[in-house]
Amino acid sequence: MDPEPKKPEDSPSNSANSHAPVQPPSPFPDEVLEKVLSFIDSHKDRSSVSLVRKDWYNAERWTRSKLFIGNCYSVSPEIVARRFPRIKSITLKGKPRFSDFNMLPRDWGANVHSWLVMFAKVYPFLEELRLKRMTVTDESLELLAKSFSGFKALSLSSCDGFTDIGLKAIASHCRNLTELDIQDSVTEDVGGGWLSCFPENFASLEVLNFASLNSEVSFDDLERLVSRCKSLRVLKVNESITLDQLQRLLVHAPQLLELGTGSFLQELTPRQYEDIESAFSNCKNLQILSGLWEANSLYLPVLYGACAGLTFLNLSDAPLQSGEFAKLLAHCPNLRRLWVVDTVEDKGLEAVGSCCPLLEELRVFPADPYDRHHRDGVTELGFLAVSRGCRNLHYVLYFCRRMTNAAVVTIVQNCPDFTHFRLCIMTPGQPDYLTNDPMDEAFAAVVKTCTKLKRLSVSGLLTDLTFEFIGKYAKNLETLSVAFAGNSDWGMQCVLEGCPKLRKLEIRDSPFGNAALLSGLKKYEMMRSLWMSDCNVTMKGCRLLAREMPRLNVEVIMDEESDESQADKVYVYRSVAGPRRDAPPFVLTL
Amino acid sequence: MDLNLKATELRLGLPGSDEPAEQLQSSSSHVKNNKRSCSEIDGSCQKQESGAPAQKAQVVGWPPVRSYRKNVMEQQKKPESDGSGFVKVSMDGAPYLRKIDLKLYKNYFDLLKALENLFKCTIGVYSEREGYNGSEYAPTYEDKDGDWMLVGDVPWDMFITSCKRLRIMKGSEAKGLGCL
Repeated sequence: MDPEPKKPEDSPSNSANSHAPVQPPSPFPDEVLEKVLSFIDSHKDRSSVSLVRKDWYNAERWTRSKLFIGNCYSVSPEIVARRFPRIKSITLKGKPRFSDFNMLPRDWGANVHSWLVMFAKVYPFLEELRLKRMTVTDESLELLAKSFSGFKALSLSSCDGFTDIGLKAIASHCRNLTELDIQDSVTEDVGGGWLSCFPENFASLEVLNFASLNSEVSFDDLERLVSRCKSLRVLKVNESITLDQLQRLLVHAPQLLELGTGSFLQELTPRQYEDIESAFSNCKNLQILSGLWEANSLYLPVLYGACAGLTFLNLSDAPLQSGEFAKLLAHCPNLRRLWVVDTVEDKGLEAVGSCCPLLEELRVFPADPYDRHHRDGVTELGFLAVSRGCRNLHYVLYFCRRMTNAAVVTIVQNCPDFTHFRLCIMTPGQPDYLTNDPMDEAFAAVVKTCTKLKRLSVSGLLTDLTFEFIGKYAKNLETLSVAFAGNSDWGMQCVLEGCPKLRKLEIRDSPFGNAALLSGLKKYEMMRSLWMSDCNVTMKGCRLLAREMPRLNVEVIMDEESDESQADKVYVYRSVAGPRRDAPPFVLTL
Repeated sequence: MDLNLKATELRLGLPGSDEPAEQLQSSSSHVKNNKRSCSEIDGSCQKQESGAPAQKAQVVGWPPVRSYRKNVMEQQKKPESDGSGFVKVSMDGAPYLRKIDLKLYKNYFDLLKALENLFKCTIGVYSEREGYNGSEYAPTYEDKDGDWMLVGDVPWDMFITSCKRLRIMKGSEAKGLGCL
């Protein structure tokens, strides 16, 4: 939840005007209040605390040390700096989620630099920075490296804009760095020289993740780094690291809790095989395993000795066949989270059902999303098998080419505790493949049965009925993703009127128009954001929304080829900072 | 037995351009049909092999998978090196391609000698700094990631598992590669 966008006129800090009621004196001295509040961590709780009364608001703002900003454009660096004087840890998120799928043009925004300039001035003791879907240039990384002497943790998730120049600055200047975590980087051309820039006496690293950076690093420097960082608990290397190199790293760091291997494809001598097998067996604390590029049945067995304690196995980079996958699973009885590629097929998922009774989260990714090779992948049968064996399942992301209503009904009966249900039937608008009916019944069952549901992604052929059900039953729903679904404005209206906790709504290629858009007028201020692309919304509708709701930013991203009256991509979000000042020419703020 | 006739067919064209031009088809009526722009996805439109069933149009950002995940299938499928070690070899200026089995060779020296024999050309000696500078021809290969690399830079074992096809470039063109 964003700390900022409560209506500013109503916030206690502005109660120093003639209309505010005079507040009775506080029963506690400020120091006591501040001491008590310093124990409150969650930013949602802190937001609530700040609304109680003016002195609570002040005590809260002085004691807050962790800042969470879910949408970087909902507030400005200046406003943040004014309100919170003592921040040590910041999480900042930028682009809308659909940017992960190339739906946002380049240079759309969410550049962190202006934030860093402010942080450098106001928070010299900043220790942690976690960015998601933001553009981070080398200049920004250099500024970061030089501005905060006590800086400890940098996490970049789905960020772009940087090269090894920026990373070199971090490695060279952040003497107290404990964490460098780069996930799902979309940057190309990041060389590997940065790893060699950590000083010889630097030994404080606890987390190092460069799995998504493609270039080779100096193995010698990596080995030396790993051997002197005795507190290292997370190490995720990239594909350039070979199996026998990995063995040497593991010998230095058997204490690891999380490991991301490099490439698993290498011809090993029997001696090397034994060595790597024994290195894995010595990793007694391993809980999380990933990487495993090009792993195959020949070398997977070297892992077995490390699998007993595994709680999270991420095979999303290792397309395994069902046989070798099942053999591996037999060694992982304690799995709570599992990510796989659909090459394991239904047979592999049956093995999941049998071997992993404690499973809580399953994600199945498509090996062949564009159906170029006509592979089967997984079907409703695999999902059913998992639901029968894994009754604790509460998070699923499932890409498939066919599904039935009946299967989903059974699945949620088996596993009624879903909090996250993301089903992606890959062909747009595809009906139940057995009955040819729309998939309405499936999602009706999901929302009726799974009362704790917080996140839902729908797919397949869907009528307005699905959205009626969502509006009627999904009372805890916070995030909804819709694609190629619905018949009319009515569907979207049902959701906007019916889901009290809705925060993020993203819709593409669905027949919802201005009436639907405008029915959510009041609602959008209570949400983080709305995305609508390739729907039936027009510029007229967007302008009307913008005019009626001045505290919302209504942005339209113009497509070159499109008709000027259609609003192809609309992004609506609440903001106390007013319209963006850094919008590129193709983003119209209405 | 597969005679690999395709490998010996006469054709004019650059090595690697052996798939027919892409074709797009309109998809279901649910979808607004003025936004079919698959070039935004990853630079390559879907290819349709003759005789294969018609495929659906590719829509931007659908299915919702991140860019790097799209390559998972390509990793698994190794059309040129399917365990047999056979890779196509083209030479600039030659009218048709050849196919060789990398598994037959123990090292770069053997491979280069074989290539020189096959195409009746001189490749010369590799050096780390200069590449094949000075020779009339330079051997290059396409690796798993789709990048064109100079033959000889990586250890032999790594080379034979990552090499998808070979191209013998004219020395003048290869100069850029050798000077890296």
